[in-house]
Amino acid sequence: MAQVETRPKARRTGGSPIGATIPRRMTAAPQSDDDNPLRGPPELLGQFGEFGGRYVAETLMPAVEELARAWPEAWADPTFVGEYRAILRDYVGRPTPITEARRLPEAVGGGRIFLKREDLNHTGAHKINNCIGQVLLARRLGKRRIIAETGAGQHGVATATACAYFGMPCVVYMGAEDVARQALNVVRMRLLGAEVRPVTSGSATLKDAINAALRDWVASVADTHYVIGSVMGPDPYPLMVRELQRVIGDEARAQLLERIGRLPDAAVACVGGGSNAMGLFAAFVPDAAVKLYGVEATGEGLQGRHAATMARGRVGVFHGMRSLVLQTDDGQLLEAHSISAGLDYPGIGPEHAFLHATGRARYLGVSDREALAATELLARTEGIIPALESAHAIAALPAVIRELGRDAVVLVNVSGRGDKDMHTVMKHLDPATLDLIDKAEREREAARAALRGAAGEESLIVDGHVLRSERKEGT
Amino acid sequence: MSVAGVDRVAAAFARAREENRAALVGYLTGFDPDRAGSLERIFAACEGGLDVLELGVPFSDPTADGPTIQAAMTRALASGASVAGALEMAAEIRRRFPLPIVLFSYANPLLSHGPERLAQEAAGAGADALLVVDLPPEHAEVLRGPAGARGLGWIGLVAPTTTPTRRARVLGASSGFVYAVSLTGVTGAPLDPSDPGLHAGLATLRESSGLPIVVGFGVRKAEDVRALAGHADGVVVGSALVEAGQRGPAALGELVAALRGGTLRA
Repeated sequence: MAQVETRPKARRTGGSPIGATIPRRMTAAPQSDDDNPLRGPPELLGQFGEFGGRYVAETLMPAVEELARAWPEAWADPTFVGEYRAILRDYVGRPTPITEARRLPEAVGGGRIFLKREDLNHTGAHKINNCIGQVLLARRLGKRRIIAETGAGQHGVATATACAYFGMPCVVYMGAEDVARQALNVVRMRLLGAEVRPVTSGSATLKDAINAALRDWVASVADTHYVIGSVMGPDPYPLMVRELQRVIGDEARAQLLERIGRLPDAAVACVGGGSNAMGLFAAFVPDAAVKLYGVEATGEGLQGRHAATMARGRVGVFHGMRSLVLQTDDGQLLEAHSISAGLDYPGIGPEHAFLHATGRARYLGVSDREALAATELLARTEGIIPALESAHAIAALPAVIRELGRDAVVLVNVSGRGDKDMHTVMKHLDPATLDLIDKAEREREAARAALRGAAGEESLIVDGHVLRSERKEGT
Repeated sequence: MSVAGVDRVAAAFARAREENRAALVGYLTGFDPDRAGSLERIFAACEGGLDVLELGVPFSDPTADGPTIQAAMTRALASGASVAGALEMAAEIRRRFPLPIVLFSYANPLLSHGPERLAQEAAGAGADALLVVDLPPEHAEVLRGPAGARGLGWIGLVAPTTTPTRRARVLGASSGFVYAVSLTGVTGAPLDPSDPGLHAGLATLRESSGLPIVVGFGVRKAEDVRALAGHADGVVVGSALVEAGQRGPAALGELVAALRGGTLRA
């Protein structure tokens, strides 16, 4: 097993005078490979411990190698980084603020909760950070066509947006099931000039859209760049997408230091492939005192259909990477399920598998119903309607606060806004869900009572299950 | 005493060369449409004149394959395909036919079976080599090592995009034969078998390798085989065989016989 607790060579804040270490930059802070505690040696093909790698067909290997060479060069080039940052500032609307939750804490058992507002980005989610960077890189490489996969449609919309911005042709592969579930995003992509190709093979969801995009890329690799939407796939994608998303964590870290003069006790984010979580975590991994919580979708429950890769996955090779994968005993992929199409993926980024294996991050599970209830909770307490994906992170807060105590400072990534999910929410606001919401109200009342005095450890609104979390901690 | 593994593969190519023809390598997916139906078709293909059989071990997410082989793998999994089942099929084929059997698959089902166990059982079943699409030489050792220890060959792939550096790496990791991917694309895509660029690429590859070179992807008809027979030591036909198999064992046997006719060099 690889080394466990990664230590930064630079930028320690613990013990230094408060406020003295606030970085001046508010956007992405590229690091050289040497300075990057998460990056393994290049000869390991971008592996994170035993995870990662480049498991692709020979036809794609040269393209993947080209990317692996070009990416660090671009990321070290001030012109490239300058252009990326300028677009994030002037077009995407960065930096996004952090909002201190006013009424949410009393509903989740306390804590001082800061929301990182990725929902306020142009196109409504964090996905655009990555797309702008990758399309810029594609231009630098002389590629003339962009392809992408999409599940919920958010990455597809963000890619289509970046392509419209740069005037590049764009093809988005989308599972036929998702095309039906996310019709609004299909309209958005088409409006933005992208061609949406429904994928009917396999389970007709995100994993099959990725398969289709890979098949396109195998045939078009000479002039086409594949914009993968998460910290997954063959090296260098997991690393590259993390770096393009670390603006989330870098900003939030600086904003918190400026606002309250200290780092949070915990950073919390939902995990499907894991890009918003890696983007948030990247800034805090070197800060050993900051606990990291990823929240995966337990869907209908671990006995039913779910997307709980950490809880139920086994090490496998899938979509170009070695990571945890939901699969049968015979190595066939299982269909994942979550009410949020963005978490509906049977794999997970290799760096998350690594952070999990080393105990640096912990992973909790939240069900469809808990996520729906948390959507409603954040809407009513803070006036923010989160994406169903992001609602998973909100739903895990009671468990996090219970563990860290009522004085804990918790940073949560609201990775996207909920507009795209209104159809799903409407469909699920059935009597049973309304009952759940009422029950949540009662429990929230109980939590308030508990907060006011009594010991009250249970009766929190939602119940994030701690899954396989304690092992190897502190090694 | 009969030969096995890489030796059996080498013997098959030597025999074809003596007969002044390219070896005919045929791909079929195990368990397509089901176990019995699949065996029936594979037997017909072997009788039709295959020199080497590529037996597909189904995977749920075959990203390097085109629609025909994807659909075959989906049918196979629906009818209960498994790695163990495919190995049993290989053993049944071995009992009836002496031709080399190459197990074709993706990393996950094979690694999930356990590399040591897979290599041992594959050798025990009478398979002779492994071809794993998504295990490039950089990652191959985990399975190539155990396979080699039991005499099994490791079929590396060289694509049109492969750089000279990578080509050397692939050749260095290969045994049995080397698979030259004819086109930049997935299996079953349209191919111009008379493309001078393709012929030149094959010539370069043959010069740089001591192993037999087979060419595949997009080869469908006897004319295609004929156009390539002089440029490679073997020609692979996959998607076209799978499609013929859907019309039944007889149709498949006829196609194989016709393709075999195309292997003779002028």
